[in-house]
Amino acid sequence: MGQSLSSQLVNLLAAFLLLIAFAMLSQRRILTLIRLFAWQGAALTASTLIVAYTTGQVHLYFSAALTLLLKVLLIPWVLHRLIDRLQIRWDVETLINIPATMLIGIGLVIFAFALAAPISELANTLTRATLGIAMASVLLSFLMMIVRRKAVPQVIGFLAMENGLFFAATSATYGMPLVVELGVALDVLVGTFIFGIFFFHIREQFDSLDIRHMEKLKQD
Amino acid sequence: MEIALVLGAPLLGGLLLALVGHKRWAPELNAAMSLVTLGAAAMLTGRVIADGPMTAMEEQFFVDPFNVFLVALTAFVGFTTALFSRPYMRIEEHHGRLNAARLRLYHSMYQLFSFTMMLCLLSNNVGILWVALEGATLSTVLLVSLYRTPASLEAAWKYFILCSVGIAQALFGVILLYFAAEKVLGAGGTALLWTHLYQVRGQLEPTVLSLAFVFLLVGFGTKVGLVPLHNWLPDAHAEGPTPVSAVLSGLLLNVALYAVVRSKVLVDGALGHNFSGGLMMGFGLLSVVVAAFLLSRQKDIKRMFAYSSIEHMGIMTFAFGMGGPVAAFAGLLHMTVHSLTKSAIFFTVGHATQKTGTQNMADIRGLIEQSPAIGWGLILGSLAILGMPPFGVFTSEFMVLTTAMHEQPWATPVLLVALGVAFAAIFGKVQPMVFGETNLRRLPHPPALVPVFVHLAIVLMLGLYIPPYLVDWYRQAAALIG
Repeated sequence: MGQSLSSQLVNLLAAFLLLIAFAMLSQRRILTLIRLFAWQGAALTASTLIVAYTTGQVHLYFSAALTLLLKVLLIPWVLHRLIDRLQIRWDVETLINIPATMLIGIGLVIFAFALAAPISELANTLTRATLGIAMASVLLSFLMMIVRRKAVPQVIGFLAMENGLFFAATSATYGMPLVVELGVALDVLVGTFIFGIFFFHIREQFDSLDIRHMEKLKQD
Repeated sequence: MEIALVLGAPLLGGLLLALVGHKRWAPELNAAMSLVTLGAAAMLTGRVIADGPMTAMEEQFFVDPFNVFLVALTAFVGFTTALFSRPYMRIEEHHGRLNAARLRLYHSMYQLFSFTMMLCLLSNNVGILWVALEGATLSTVLLVSLYRTPASLEAAWKYFILCSVGIAQALFGVILLYFAAEKVLGAGGTALLWTHLYQVRGQLEPTVLSLAFVFLLVGFGTKVGLVPLHNWLPDAHAEGPTPVSAVLSGLLLNVALYAVVRSKVLVDGALGHNFSGGLMMGFGLLSVVVAAFLLSRQKDIKRMFAYSSIEHMGIMTFAFGMGGPVAAFAGLLHMTVHSLTKSAIFFTVGHATQKTGTQNMADIRGLIEQSPAIGWGLILGSLAILGMPPFGVFTSEFMVLTTAMHEQPWATPVLLVALGVAFAAIFGKVQPMVFGETNLRRLPHPPALVPVFVHLAIVLMLGLYIPPYLVDWYRQAAALIG
């Protein structure tokens, strides 16, 4: 695989990543949201593999395997189990209507590209054009966490944000040192389990996973 | 060797207590593990003072006067809080607020929390520091919701989401830092090590580093509780068990600030001008002012002291942002006295709320009549935290203010007004709680008051006389970050 071909492939996958981030933003059903999250993980795995193959960085194979295991298989499975046990398949409510969210999302993408432009200039990696996309998907996930009212979509937004960060790491720097990546993966895994425990506690107390029930504590 | 013990004791304690944390002697085991950690930290401190900075295990860990000072402080407050939590948690169990499973969770997570903080402080790797700081959130989030009340679940959820999102921003900062460092140090293990980064900081790309610092400050600043990222802090402090409030305020905020200060030193070296200092002063001052004005609106006693923590973290952030040896010295001293005083206050507040059965300040009356020790502890602790001489907080705040008059004259009146407002708010609320008619019940276990007065005595001593070796130690640490 030549440099230019693999660079084009990574760019294509980056575009997928951004598209999925927008799809998640507009998606109302929780099951589809989980499926989209798994697809995002798959795109991330593929792009990590391509970078690993082209550059011969062995540790990137490990992180690709880790991504596949954790974000395509394990976490979506855990989320599926959770929503089965909690029986929450209802539509997702949003704070702002979806077209408006999309418009804000487009603004965020432009902002991310403007922010990333001077840094991309400095990068000499084959995937440098994708740093802006990575930053944009982080911001879009952030937006998703802000506009969603239910606990599960908020968590999926958080996990998608982590995907975006991971993509930033591979696209700008060929991945962080392996020990750091393992640590981050451990944190994400433990975090997902704690979220799961939380869902049950919240349900027990409020009979619902709607965050609006949890606005008793004052801001002041 | 000592490093292995400092990290190993709480990790082992966490695993052991996960199995036996509900037994009758579990609180004693918890305290014993914290004592081992303290002993190891003391040995480590002695060695670093004698031999100077060192690294261990292929440079994955490093110790210099700055972080060893925080290791010692963290181990000390960790131990005294374990002593306090011994009767406190027994009383909670007696009142029926906790069962065996939750006690096991509490004891195990208490030790794991100590472990993550020590790892955060001792790690030479910026990435591992990030992982450990996120680990500190994960280990405490289930402690905040330990009572499973609606309010505590809400507080824990807010804590979890806000801190995770915040720390995700910091991860982006770490990635950008790695991106800049990799060009100079090459890919792989050494490009994220503080010791290597400091050596080449003049060659790192300034535009990337300034952007990285913004992300790092926002990310770690969320955990420091800087305004406007402070929303999780009062809720988490008010709803969790009191020992957790004490270690959150006294230790976790310090450790997060440590991460910010380390990043600042690095970025200053690369930029050559005071971009990062300006940002920190701005955030710090905003936190002091906003927290001071919100103090008087509080009804819950633990919330009020949580806002006081935001105020004090703001003062420290301002001091470190100002830079220079005197301000850095003052910042370090303030870190010490704040964490000692604030944890002492939370110890007394914990027992006071157990006696009255409420955290609502209007319902707490006449502490001094029924239990003079708790009453005196609360009033003395409040006077100390408000910066009354002769306590140590006065010394450090005085140093911050005099340095500010030289370096940033515009900030001095703002700080003074905020400190005055905070004084009026806290003193006005604490005074009727301590004096007046009593409405208290007796506790089934005698309260732990030795830690309170030990902390206050140290703070008093630091206000009157700082031993020369301690001055020397602070100076060495201040020289590293000033």
